[in-house]
Amino acid sequence: MSTTAAPPNASPPARNAHTAEPTGATAALRRFAATPTAGPAVALLVAGLFFTLQSDRFLSGGNLALVIQQVMVVGTLALGQTLIILTAGIDLSCGAIMAFGGIVMAKLAADGTLPPLVAIAAGIGVCTLFGAANGALVTFVRLPPFIVTLGMLNIAFALTHIYSDEQTVTDLPGALTWLGETFPMGRTDISYGSVLTIALFLFFAYVLGQTAWGKHVYALGNSPEVARLTGIRTTRLRLAVFTVAGFIYGIAALLLVSRTGVGDPKAGQTDNLDSITAVVLGGTSLFGGRGLVLGTLLGALIVGVFRNGLQLMGVGSIYQTLITGGLVIIAVTVDQISRRRTR
Amino acid sequence: MTTSTSTPVLQARGLVKRYGHVTALDGADFDLYAGEVLAVIGDNGAGKSSLIKALTGALQPDEGTLHLDGNPVRFHGPLDARRHGIETVYQDLAVAASLDIASNMFLGREVRRRGPLGSVFRMLDKKRMREESAAHMADLKIGLRSLTQSVETLSGGQRQGVAVARAVAWARHVVVMDEPTAALGVKESGQVLDLIRRVRDRGLPVVLISHNMPHVFEIADRIHVQRLGRRVAQISPRDYGMSDVVSIMTGAREADPVPE
Amino acid sequence: MSIFRTRTTLSRSAATAAAAALLVAGLAACGEGAQGSGGDGEVKVGLITKTDTNPFFVKMAQGAKQAAKANGAELSTAAGKFDGDNEGQVTAIENMVAAGVDGILITPNDSKAIVPAIKAARAKGVLVIALDSPTEPRDGTDALFATDNFKAGELIGAYAKARMKGKQARIATLDLAPGVAVGKLRHDGFLKGYGIKAGDKSIVCSQDTQGDQSKGQAAMENCLQKAPDINVVYTINEPAALGAYTALKAKGRAKDTLIVSVDGGCTGVKSVKAGKIAATSQQYPLKMAADGVKAVVEHAEDDKKVSGYHDTGVTLVTDHPAAGSGAAKDSKYGLDNCWG
Repeated sequence: MSTTAAPPNASPPARNAHTAEPTGATAALRRFAATPTAGPAVALLVAGLFFTLQSDRFLSGGNLALVIQQVMVVGTLALGQTLIILTAGIDLSCGAIMAFGGIVMAKLAADGTLPPLVAIAAGIGVCTLFGAANGALVTFVRLPPFIVTLGMLNIAFALTHIYSDEQTVTDLPGALTWLGETFPMGRTDISYGSVLTIALFLFFAYVLGQTAWGKHVYALGNSPEVARLTGIRTTRLRLAVFTVAGFIYGIAALLLVSRTGVGDPKAGQTDNLDSITAVVLGGTSLFGGRGLVLGTLLGALIVGVFRNGLQLMGVGSIYQTLITGGLVIIAVTVDQISRRRTR
Repeated sequence: MTTSTSTPVLQARGLVKRYGHVTALDGADFDLYAGEVLAVIGDNGAGKSSLIKALTGALQPDEGTLHLDGNPVRFHGPLDARRHGIETVYQDLAVAASLDIASNMFLGREVRRRGPLGSVFRMLDKKRMREESAAHMADLKIGLRSLTQSVETLSGGQRQGVAVARAVAWARHVVVMDEPTAALGVKESGQVLDLIRRVRDRGLPVVLISHNMPHVFEIADRIHVQRLGRRVAQISPRDYGMSDVVSIMTGAREADPVPE
Repeated sequence: MSIFRTRTTLSRSAATAAAAALLVAGLAACGEGAQGSGGDGEVKVGLITKTDTNPFFVKMAQGAKQAAKANGAELSTAAGKFDGDNEGQVTAIENMVAAGVDGILITPNDSKAIVPAIKAARAKGVLVIALDSPTEPRDGTDALFATDNFKAGELIGAYAKARMKGKQARIATLDLAPGVAVGKLRHDGFLKGYGIKAGDKSIVCSQDTQGDQSKGQAAMENCLQKAPDINVVYTINEPAALGAYTALKAKGRAKDTLIVSVDGGCTGVKSVKAGKIAATSQQYPLKMAADGVKAVVEHAEDDKKVSGYHDTGVTLVTDHPAAGSGAAKDSKYGLDNCWG
């Protein structure tokens, strides 16, 4: 591309413009370093290395599979949360919606009123409806997501306790607990739920990165006004994001039920903040428009690795909370500094 | 100007827009001819932005008519105006900061891959969008190092360049620019003015809304003066001085009769 | 991509990595501390409490730590994130099994929901003992070391009855929460001790408090609106009792109302001494944990396996003993043995 006529390209002169897309492994590494996911990836590696040195039990297939299994519920919630945060929203109701969806599918299936698969669909459907309700209030009534989801948190929480009558539901049919079962891969037992979680993340990484819908989600998060003026139907898009997030919470509900083997009305009470923690640790900006879902997976894994590694070292869980707090502040600081630099 | 004999590309007659008791447009007229840069100036509250919104579909006038290439049109929204080939570069609202240049160029008009990858998996054809963006940027002689870098890493002038390139790439009839130099420094403003000249030289008429008189006088072929909700003058910057234009704008003096 | 840009982003990840490394280095220090003299071949015991923050569980952890030291065992602790957090406890069990513990002591947040995870741990040869509250079914764990909560309620019920000396009682019960076994056992025990049945007309008000002081206060305020002549208040624990006291005092009813409670925390016993609470049933979390650690060590070293229910004892603490209320200790004894 010629630059002879200078403006409005600023200094320095362009070399080969777009054809300068780097290729090869080092270039791929460089491109990766430019993404907000680089920080969490490095942090996860450092943490992994540290725990490997500290405990000979850490670096085994079985233990790592365990960590993935332990983060799948919050990780999946955090996936939905990421979509919403990318649009510069926030969802405080995700854990409560999941708990309600979980108790609905567990109770319907345990009562024998519905075939297990229909009960699962009903639970996921309830979560999707909650997501859609959040979205409708945010878009049509123009309420801030913080307030809407704060209200919905209480509504879903109360409905969970009313519907469950405070009773934990046990003796669930196999269809609800199947995702908690494992299959051997080499000498490691992997749970089906872990596979589903990772598949979900890959799917949404594709949707956000490779489709127009994904680009529009980022544009909406950058500036709803810009998005609207470029012809994106922002109302419909925002509604869709909240609804899809609700659906993902439904999947999380199934994962939760399968993991614990029961329908638990008290589940998920801190999962809203835990999911936001995973999103932030994953390098996604709370201001919207910046971040990657794979970062969120890494963020969730960082929390899981610290929890597991510290337990292997014999450090009490309160220190894990302490460290998670420190990591969140570091992550947000890094986000702020990098944003300031690009301004 | 001699263009007054040909058909205007975009023409408005008697536009009226009222908000309750406030009359934003009070029978405003507008004419834009092929191959010109038309500056629209006016004091705050003169109905400048209402006029532009009416021309770009962001506002539906209560009365009045619009003609595009001599044919009557009605815009039901910004999208509708864009479908008719009118592109707007909005002040401060031009680009999505975290997306890269190619994504911004094609935002809302993405191109999907051919075959099932595109139709079933909805996969974007990023390569093609990058190549086409590069071609557009080259056309306008906007040099950028990488089309994959996010727009927020660009300078203000470069960002405006991306916004203008996008508008030019999609505009078939008119490019409207709302205060394109307001947030820029001297050097960057000069770059954007050069860019506007190049757009005009490619045959696209440009409507420029600006408060900056030196810029207006530097680049405009004609000046549309808006006052109290109507057009009070259409003048050539060659016939008037800056202080005369300001006097007309503020109502301190009358312009010579509008050639109509 | 410009050199400049690459440098900023690389330095960004470098900064993150450096920060993570720092944090981890800090951890190494705690790690050493927590492991203490821990080495290979020692018996490893895991303690999982309901939360990290309740003084009851802090005392429990303290008892476990002392016992571990005395028995040459290595202790690691974990807790749910909130009262009722089952998944957090499941994760803790999994991680402890992965860490190779010989036994786990747990106060279940959900008596039913925790059972599958405990079953998996026991299948791997880990001895699991429930502390303070049982699982459902009770044989979900190898053994249960706990206060007899029904008896704790019975003691203060009988005491209240003796103090009333046949006067017509107007009773308020400030309970825990629906569906929680501990709350129901204490409540039912109180009724039995007082010699009345559920639904007796002397019970004029029943409210849930979640064992929280401010909720206890609000509950008492509401009860006084409903029945201003309440003269006996049963409370699920001492924070709820202190909340009730505050509400009664505001109405000028603190002097002529009898508050009884359960727990024996230090704040609670001080309130007994100060006359705010008439009597409390003291339980011994330190003993639960210490006995639990001992049992795990014996199991690992001598292959002795505990089973069934072990009562860790409960004592009525009051400075105003009443005739016919049974054996009681004064607040001095209570303070010597209190927790929190």
